[in-house]
Amino acid sequence: MKAYLIRRLLLIVPTFIGISIITFAVLQLSPGNPAFMRLQQMRGAMGGEIPPEIIEQTKKFYGLDRPIHERYVIWMGKLVTLDFGNSYKDNRPVLERITEAIPITIQLNVISIILMYLISIPVGVYSATHPASRGDTSMTILLFILYSLPSFWVAMLLMFFFGGGGGSDSLGALVTRGFTAVGIEDSGAGRWLLENVFTFNWFPIFGISSEGSQDWPFHKWFLDRLWHYILPVFCLTYASFAIMSRYARAGLIEVVRQDYIRTARAYGFSERIVIYKYALRNSLIPIVTLLGMLIPSLVAGSVIIESIFSIPGMGRLFYESILGRDYPMVMGIFTITAVLTMLGLILSDLLYAVVDPRIKFE
Amino acid sequence: MRETLVNKKQNLSYWAIVLRQFKQRKMAVLGIYVLGFLFFVAIFAPFLAGDRPIYLVKDDKTYLLPNIFNYKDLVYVEFDRWQPGEGDFSLSPLIEYSPRRTNLRDKLEPPSWEHLLGTDETGRDVLSRMIWGTRISISVGFVAVGIAVFIGVIMGSLAGYYGGKVDMVILRIIETMLCFPGLIIILALIAFLGRHISIIMAVIGIISSPNVARLVRGEFLKHRESDFATAARGTGLSDLRIMFRHILPNSLAPVLVDATFGVAGAILIETALSFLGLGVPPPTPSWGELLEESKRYVDFAWWLVTFPGLAIFVTVTAFNLVGEGFRDAMDPRLRQ
Repeated sequence: MKAYLIRRLLLIVPTFIGISIITFAVLQLSPGNPAFMRLQQMRGAMGGEIPPEIIEQTKKFYGLDRPIHERYVIWMGKLVTLDFGNSYKDNRPVLERITEAIPITIQLNVISIILMYLISIPVGVYSATHPASRGDTSMTILLFILYSLPSFWVAMLLMFFFGGGGGSDSLGALVTRGFTAVGIEDSGAGRWLLENVFTFNWFPIFGISSEGSQDWPFHKWFLDRLWHYILPVFCLTYASFAIMSRYARAGLIEVVRQDYIRTARAYGFSERIVIYKYALRNSLIPIVTLLGMLIPSLVAGSVIIESIFSIPGMGRLFYESILGRDYPMVMGIFTITAVLTMLGLILSDLLYAVVDPRIKFE
Repeated sequence: MRETLVNKKQNLSYWAIVLRQFKQRKMAVLGIYVLGFLFFVAIFAPFLAGDRPIYLVKDDKTYLLPNIFNYKDLVYVEFDRWQPGEGDFSLSPLIEYSPRRTNLRDKLEPPSWEHLLGTDETGRDVLSRMIWGTRISISVGFVAVGIAVFIGVIMGSLAGYYGGKVDMVILRIIETMLCFPGLIIILALIAFLGRHISIIMAVIGIISSPNVARLVRGEFLKHRESDFATAARGTGLSDLRIMFRHILPNSLAPVLVDATFGVAGAILIETALSFLGLGVPPPTPSWGELLEESKRYVDFAWWLVTFPGLAIFVTVTAFNLVGEGFRDAMDPRLRQ
């Protein structure tokens, strides 16, 4: 086990070198170098042509005058001492900006992963214990639809209807009309409901905390943060319900067919105990490995969701950096994401061994 | 009597059985119909939407002017803002609006009989843009997956057939690519290499190829030592011939399933790219770009949000349904 772990950890190194060489080469060789872009911005301010010696100086300043393999070696050499260089944008250390952004993304993703498991396992169990029932079929269809909905579209619709957009106004008008029809729009409770509940301006659609929340007491700050996370987390999770509950369902159906479950039933245990105590545990084995698959897709999902909801996490930082051709920043984020993803994959392999004692790594 | 029946059943080829199984799945067949409709729209877009006549008789001359390949604004300049005069005969596309021509007087109009799905911020007809956008989405989906399958099949079959060192090297490449979030690399590559449609197709294709490679490799490992492969080797056929004429056709079923889901995935990625402002550059119409534009008007222009999103959703669902149908039809455990 220990030997396996060490080998896996060591394998990160060549894998990472492979990824970094390819990305480094593509980024550096692609048209439009940052020195030139920087100068172009400056020229926009000053007007006139840029003298070639200034271009050379700028290139030299950013170290872009050396051949590409030298640049790679320099970058790698600095990386060993955890020096990712400075961002081209504001000249702050890359690592500093990443450490600011990464907790937010990790918070979002951990909440998402927990929610995914909490929701899809019961759904899968229900579907497996009531196969081909109306509940099973409608659940499958609903999850299938959710699976095919593009997350950025869902995010926009949610903002439109529940974030105080035009849809919220229409929904509010609809409820008002309904209240008028039953004649309660002028009563105290009716007016209170209309003004406070049915405005459909339920969720913040921008950022991760309200203004001035840093001075609030902890519990208030915490709830405010959670309130901001609701829509993004929903958009990150809903697509995975379909895949995960299907895995849970398939796993349970397969386990229920096995001999030891028949034995348990023959002993006269109630169906509840058979399912939850004996069958469920073994059926969860395949779903644990899914964790390894989830991490890369969640990281990717963060880019889209964070830029829609203006969440200052890794995803948005990455998006801004690629648009601004901030090479050190992009390479830094690549490095951190790659290492985190690979650690996540190892973790899911280890979990596999923990939940299934039949598996032994040599 | 009984014998002929049995024989008949045995004579069915594998793909005939799959087809029969597939037809029994109503949702999958529905998916096929939806895809057929989308293909129709994509192929016949020049006849469905545009502001210039397709067929025109003017001054006793006959013109046939559909923009078959691309809606370039400058191609038929002499018919720009052309109005039918006396003695002219013309046949216009169904939707008489160009996907590209702006008309600031009609900007941000809600759906009406004039503009069935409304207009965007520069007064372009949303329906017309969506019809032309179908081409982008469908072609990016298919070409990207085609590239992925091409690369994946070559890598996977080499690794699976030769094994040993070749396998080890290719497997390491596959694993390296798989353990990294694909969308992140795709975004970075496109941001740095440029937003051309062929770059988008190639990048999505290359980044999604390791999945196919892994599948093909597994199938090749399964079939490499099977009787038919041994027999083929015994007759002295070359490795390449055994790989691509004998083993590959027997390995294609899971690839087909994966490719169908892959098209859905590629379309989603393309729209996400456009949504993030990194897709096919404007003014080329695409679904994701319409959604991107609608971000600024989310407080009232519901038609800009709803319709392109629905188009993406329906397309992705159709491909997923068909993929699901293929998978179930090919699964021997589910066969009655």
